[in-house]
Amino acid sequence: MKRRVRAVAGLAALLLVVLPTAALAKTEIHLWHAMGGQLGETVNELVKQFNQSQVDFEVKPLNKGTYPEVLTGAIAAYRQKNPPHIVQVFDVGTQTMLLSGAIHPIFQLMKEQEIKVDWNDFIKPVTGYYSRDGNLYSMPFNSSSPILYYNKEAFKKAGLADKPPATWKDVGEFSKKIIAAGGAKCGFTTSWPSWTMLENTFPWHDQPFATNQNGYTGLDTKLLINGEFGVKHIGQLAAWQKDGVYSYGGRMGQPDPKFINGDCAMLIQSSAVIGGFTKSLKFAWGTGPLPHWGPPYKKQNAVVGGATLWVMKGQKPADYKGVAQFMKFIAEPHQQMWWHVTTGYLPITQTAIKNLEAGYHFKKNPEQWTALGQLSGKPTANSQGHRLGNFAQIREAIEGEMENVFAGKKTAKEGLDAAVAKGNDILKEFAAAHKP
Amino acid sequence: MKRSVFRNRALPYVLVLPQIAVTVVFFFWPAFESLRLSLFRTSPFGDKTSFVGLENFRKLLTTPEYYQSIANTFVFASGVTAIGLGVGLFVAALATQKIRGLAAYRTAVLWPYGIAPPIAGIIFLFIFHPSYGVLPYWLGFVTSYDFNWLLKGWVAMALVILATAWTHVGYNIAFFLAGLLAIPTSVLEAASVDGAGAIRRFRSIIFPLLSPITFYLLVVNLIFSFFGSFGVIHAVTQGGPGGATEIMVFKVYKDGFIGLNLGSSAAQSVLLMILVITLTALQFRFVEKRVTYS
Repeated sequence: MKRRVRAVAGLAALLLVVLPTAALAKTEIHLWHAMGGQLGETVNELVKQFNQSQVDFEVKPLNKGTYPEVLTGAIAAYRQKNPPHIVQVFDVGTQTMLLSGAIHPIFQLMKEQEIKVDWNDFIKPVTGYYSRDGNLYSMPFNSSSPILYYNKEAFKKAGLADKPPATWKDVGEFSKKIIAAGGAKCGFTTSWPSWTMLENTFPWHDQPFATNQNGYTGLDTKLLINGEFGVKHIGQLAAWQKDGVYSYGGRMGQPDPKFINGDCAMLIQSSAVIGGFTKSLKFAWGTGPLPHWGPPYKKQNAVVGGATLWVMKGQKPADYKGVAQFMKFIAEPHQQMWWHVTTGYLPITQTAIKNLEAGYHFKKNPEQWTALGQLSGKPTANSQGHRLGNFAQIREAIEGEMENVFAGKKTAKEGLDAAVAKGNDILKEFAAAHKP
Repeated sequence: MKRSVFRNRALPYVLVLPQIAVTVVFFFWPAFESLRLSLFRTSPFGDKTSFVGLENFRKLLTTPEYYQSIANTFVFASGVTAIGLGVGLFVAALATQKIRGLAAYRTAVLWPYGIAPPIAGIIFLFIFHPSYGVLPYWLGFVTSYDFNWLLKGWVAMALVILATAWTHVGYNIAFFLAGLLAIPTSVLEAASVDGAGAIRRFRSIIFPLLSPITFYLLVVNLIFSFFGSFGVIHAVTQGGPGGATEIMVFKVYKDGFIGLNLGSSAAQSVLLMILVITLTALQFRFVEKRVTYS
């Protein structure tokens, strides 16, 4: 009996402690993201700066794992009617989010909350990727584009000028010279193979990646990567793989060590690794734009990769005020500049870029300009981006077939044909699942 | 056998209730849910759902990749089980010898089992990765063989088999060791006196007496390779190169969690479930007949 009295008293005391704080607490805004390690700490710092400026709202960031894990986590939470307010979704998840019926478009949110945002100040390749009918649906957060990194010491050893190769022909010739001179074991390697070698190489040459303007104008989309251009490019890579000019090093960032340890003289990888390379590389290095095949192909622009922040439907109306405040905060020039300088991701408003130029940032750090430079220009229907359903699975299918080609099991044409067949199946399935 | 009789007729049901509840909530319910999902086509966020009957199954059974993943699964499972049982029995036999520091040695051989499969995968990556692994680096000094499992499918398969068998071998050793120690020495001595050599003793006495354990381990290892091997594949090859190490359970994950195609993923897990149930039933039907329970 005595014990029970004590337990009840304890519970009452606990309630007394818990209740008032709960009543006084700021409204929590949940942000799920996929930024691990150093990047995760940078996100926390950004959020901290925001929270200190707020009286009513507190953003709670949570690293939910890799990009696919964050997306599946958010989907599960949404289906249980308890989604976070904000979710970071990678580029290839864009179409899935757009058609999900689970989101609150950012342009609409800002309009409702009467927060004026100059959307024209955002750079076009970024807004183009994430807009529908000219309206931005998610807030660009971490954007990057693939560039070429080169080992200056290996170039010097081969008697080459301190200049990155501009064309693929140069890439081949430079590589052979470097290998012959003992500057490196292989000429170059590529991270994120589908993203760098197809998804970006096609728009960079103004070549269509898929029908329906790369999927922008309809769901009955088919891949176009097995045409003459794709076969030429992948075929050349396969031939170089045999010669040792090219060395396939796996998916995602797995090939990076080949460049870091000096095995390969060049690497094609996201501009987002600049921050890491500045700290860790033990040799002099430089950057250049994606190599180009030259005429008859036009030189267009690269497309962005990375992720954006999506606002989920079904939150309390009052919470959206805090969400909008946070979105406004991260789009401000000061935060844009800080985020770019700290991480290597791109600043995405003209104002932020102008401010950085005024401080001679790009003169002092030319490697930070490379990615921005290849995004300039007015995008065409081929280069505004890709809008493909279940793109993550398509990418997976494409990379599997690239591996078959580089292993010599299939010719470039056979591999790309198979990739297109699989990709089209996935697109068909996606279209069927999203029939209105 | 002695039968226990409960006076209270409700009591036995109450006593087994927790176990039944756990089984229903964690086994039957998800299994039923998979079965239901496999008959639908669902958009990722679940806002659009349509009944498609057996369409998901039809699609799977007409794609060559699915058969490839079934073949991969059998190669993988037999590899892991053969190596796991073979090495396990061998090491366990060594651990029954009278050597100095036996206790420490016996403890050490069990260690790999304490390492979580994803961690084991990362360790294997550090040793075998073509870009930064130690072994390919050393190999580079003695041979020009390009140890590149990022492109060579069969090397990748051998690697994940090895890594998975390694993570599981400690478990096999523990059981074999217990089995070997339970064999009465008097029987073995009698056989020796009768002139049976080491091989004969193993074949005629040790192996039959071990057969219940071997059979148990065979079933457990096969089921483990079908389901529990996910961690290693996820960490090492992600099913690559070109689908060469894509086993069924990994394809379930990939199509469901990366591809967000829940219908197909559910259909695959139903097929996988049927396959494993059939295999286990076959084992009990045919292999168990040769098992000698003392």
